[in-house]
Amino acid sequence: MIIYTIKRVLLASLIIACAVSTMFVMIHAVPGDPANVMLGPRATPEIKEALRARLHLDQPLSTQLFYFFKGLISGNFGFDLRSNRPVLDIVLEQLPHTFILVSSALIVSTLGIPVGCYAAIHRNGKFDRIVGAISVSIIAMPAIVVGLYLLLFFSVELRVFPVIGAGDSEEWLDYLWHLTLPVITISIAWIGYISRLVRASMIEVLSQNHVRMAKAFGLPETRVISRYALRIAVLPSITMMGVSVAFILSSTVITEIIFARPGLGSLLYESVLSRNYPLVMGTVLVSTIFIVGGTTIADLINAALDPRAVKEND
Amino acid sequence: MALDQKKEVQNFSDGLSSGVIYRLYKDPMGVVGLLIVVSFVVIAIFADFLAPYDPSKIDILNKLQGPSADHLFGTDQLGRDTLSRLIYGTQIALMVAGVSIGLAVLIGSILGAIAGYGPNWLDFVIMLLFDMVRSYPVIMFALAVVVLFGPSLFTIMAIIVATSFPTYGRLMRTQTQSLRQAEYILSARALGLGMPRILVRHVIPNTIGPILIVASMDVPFVIALEAGLSFLGLGVRPPTPSWGSILNDGYTYIRNSKWILISAGIPLILVTIGFTFLGEQLRDIFDPKIDRGS
Repeated sequence: MIIYTIKRVLLASLIIACAVSTMFVMIHAVPGDPANVMLGPRATPEIKEALRARLHLDQPLSTQLFYFFKGLISGNFGFDLRSNRPVLDIVLEQLPHTFILVSSALIVSTLGIPVGCYAAIHRNGKFDRIVGAISVSIIAMPAIVVGLYLLLFFSVELRVFPVIGAGDSEEWLDYLWHLTLPVITISIAWIGYISRLVRASMIEVLSQNHVRMAKAFGLPETRVISRYALRIAVLPSITMMGVSVAFILSSTVITEIIFARPGLGSLLYESVLSRNYPLVMGTVLVSTIFIVGGTTIADLINAALDPRAVKEND
Repeated sequence: MALDQKKEVQNFSDGLSSGVIYRLYKDPMGVVGLLIVVSFVVIAIFADFLAPYDPSKIDILNKLQGPSADHLFGTDQLGRDTLSRLIYGTQIALMVAGVSIGLAVLIGSILGAIAGYGPNWLDFVIMLLFDMVRSYPVIMFALAVVVLFGPSLFTIMAIIVATSFPTYGRLMRTQTQSLRQAEYILSARALGLGMPRILVRHVIPNTIGPILIVASMDVPFVIALEAGLSFLGLGVRPPTPSWGSILNDGYTYIRNSKWILISAGIPLILVTIGFTFLGEQLRDIFDPKIDRGS
């Protein structure tokens, strides 16, 4: 298990390095000169040249990449083209807003596990049918529509919830108030999705020999389910949730834009549109760490619950 | 491989003296799903006949109107008929979903099966590729690609294929790994069958079920992704009607008229309900193991 963990963490670092390099090359192939963006159209060619030299933009791509990684190791993520502040400061300022949004949404999503489990045990019962129809309809709600509808009805029409912003982070009640609609927007589909996944795999697991065997030995139903069936039945959901951090982060971008919340998503969108290269790279790096972290943790939980996965990989 | 599976399902259905279509027909959820999906396909094919107005006909005098007999879903900020624009948007949504998911399933399943069954080093390389692709936020990836190649339908589909094939790949790999030690696979190996043959004849038919249910449940996500990109102004170019760009109009004019936003959300909700209901139902029908279990 320890060797497996070390392996996974090393692999995660390799993935982050590859992903960031690819993104770096891709972004620098995008047309649009950052020197122009920063200095405006009236700058003289000499000033532009000086800036290019300072940002190493006159060097070949491989050298630029080398400088970028060299900076990373010493904790220097580059400087914002507009305000000239360190990128790391700006990203770290926005990170808590996104982190709170994503983790609240993930926590709320796990409501789907008991729901799906109960539905699978009482398969085709009244609860299963009602919950089935509701959760399938919930999955059917794309975050963009949920977000816009919530905004329209609760903020613009009824004026119950605030329209924009993240609220005052000093006053936690106000912050929570601003958080409610965005969290519902992101997690509502996941509650339905996870309850479906858990239900499906639970039904499959319940028909497997070892579970039948446990039942045949006369173990109580709750013990069979919690000790033998649920452990295996949640595996696909955990894998899906881990893999889906990237997806959740994408709907976070849209949610943050709809509700005009500060956060990585809004930062990313603005900096890409204004071709603020250093800021884009910093944000991508942090989101990549976020996502790879999610998949790695999902794999580790998977391994802890099902030791067979470790053996397969060793 | 498809034939093989069909035969298997056929035999199973015959045993119950009921065909797939009959069993789909029996459940109200399946019927609703199928009806919705079929009607959207019909709407997309016959958009020219069904749309009451030209979707790009500007009529400034009648801008931002609510629903009326002339304009069932009202008009947008340029006086264009929202219903007609939504009808034409159906074509884009369905085409993007169909083409890109088909390609993603194909690429993902093949790579995933090879990773799960093949030698360890190959598994490592393929998993590295999957993890790398999955570690980009889709929207971020899309932004970079769109700025590089310019916003177009082809770009959107390429983005969706490139970002969603690892989902199927990972699923297929997990499935394949758990099958590796199954008795019938071991005996096929003992009989001296090669890896490609075992994969195509035995592994893929037995793992395709979960892949298909994820694929059908993915259609809504892909349609929402296209809508999301168009909403951010990175998808289909403005004069072409897309559900996402209509949503954006509704968002921009949210205080002037709520009708654009409300009506643009309806087809998105309906089409997603349709595909998910259908997917759920197909799962119950096409997965014989589950039926035997209960």
